Amino acid sequence: MEATETAQRTLTVRIARGTEEGNFATYEVPWRENQTVLDVVTEVQRRLDSTLSYRFACRVGVCGSCAMTVNGKPRWTCRTHVSRVQEDGVIVIEPLRNMPRIKDLVVDMAEFFDKWKKAGNTFVGTATRHDPPAAVSPTSKKRKMADAAIECINCGVCYAACDVVSWDKDYLGPAALNRAWTLFNDERHADPKDVLKKATSGSGCNACHTQGNCMTHCPVSLSPTGSIAGLKKNALLQFLKGGG
Amino acid sequence: MEQPLFALQRLSAMVMAPFVLVHLAVILYAVRGGLTAAEILSRTQGSWLWIPFYSLFVVSVAVHVPIGLRNILIEWARLSRGASSVFCLLFGLLLLWMGLRAVAAVGGFLS
Repeated sequence: MEATETAQRTLTVRIARGTEEGNFATYEVPWRENQTVLDVVTEVQRRLDSTLSYRFACRVGVCGSCAMTVNGKPRWTCRTHVSRVQEDGVIVIEPLRNMPRIKDLVVDMAEFFDKWKKAGNTFVGTATRHDPPAAVSPTSKKRKMADAAIECINCGVCYAACDVVSWDKDYLGPAALNRAWTLFNDERHADPKDVLKKATSGSGCNACHTQGNCMTHCPVSLSPTGSIAGLKKNALLQFLKGGG
Repeated sequence: MEQPLFALQRLSAMVMAPFVLVHLAVILYAVRGGLTAAEILSRTQGSWLWIPFYSLFVVSVAVHVPIGLRNILIEWARLSRGASSVFCLLFGLLLLWMGLRAVAAVGGFLS
């Protein structure tokens, strides 16, 4: 029995601990078939070190809670297989960057969600409860543009991947602007001009350098880069028309 | 503030793009007979083609460059928006003054 365990292949996991950068603890866990990074973190927390803090909820790529930095890149850990990301039997797991660390793998996402509001994410309707539901054609141009951007799971991966956020702490970030873009294209929304106004003020959509890190790392394959380009274009046209 | 600056930077870039090409072509053309100050000044001084061209070029540079520099200062030097705006406004005015002075000198107004 002991011989079998010794012979079993193991995975070396380096996990960031505490709140300081560069503070790691190293663990060895059994190498398993179909093991996700979240499985590994859970195994470490349940079997090796119960003081390890991390976030997760659904484990199936819906809730957006479990994003972490894995071997230097932000990823959704519940849908990231170890076999795809390990390098020579080692994975390094850190919290998402661009947000303050609370403990171990947990970051404070308050600024991330505050910026959603700042970017103009709040729907304001024009109809009352006595009106019939709005008929928005699924084939309309605006509906299609909103559809392309709407499946965001709020995981914060794009925010962590974005270099502009790392340079300018006021930059609203890809997720918040992506949401603003879906609202701008919502035909039921009362004030699309206000969305543009909020999305362009301060370090808004015009600060984006179109580097595409958000698009590259988005786990659900959205293109916040495209959404931001849409906001930029519409804001510029509105400004040139004298409505900016 | 941000949206007008964004628009101004794009518009000044659109103005500058053909200017840069014409500027390079003029350089190639100007040196055909040798690069002497007298030869160049004889063509530029009092030229009502050269003087407005380079005056407008200087104005678009003085608009375009400070806006870009402002973004660099905000992002890389972590300066506040207010501080970088003031610095870049002054820098833009300096560019404008130096550029127009050069145009006036080469155009023959300061001799």
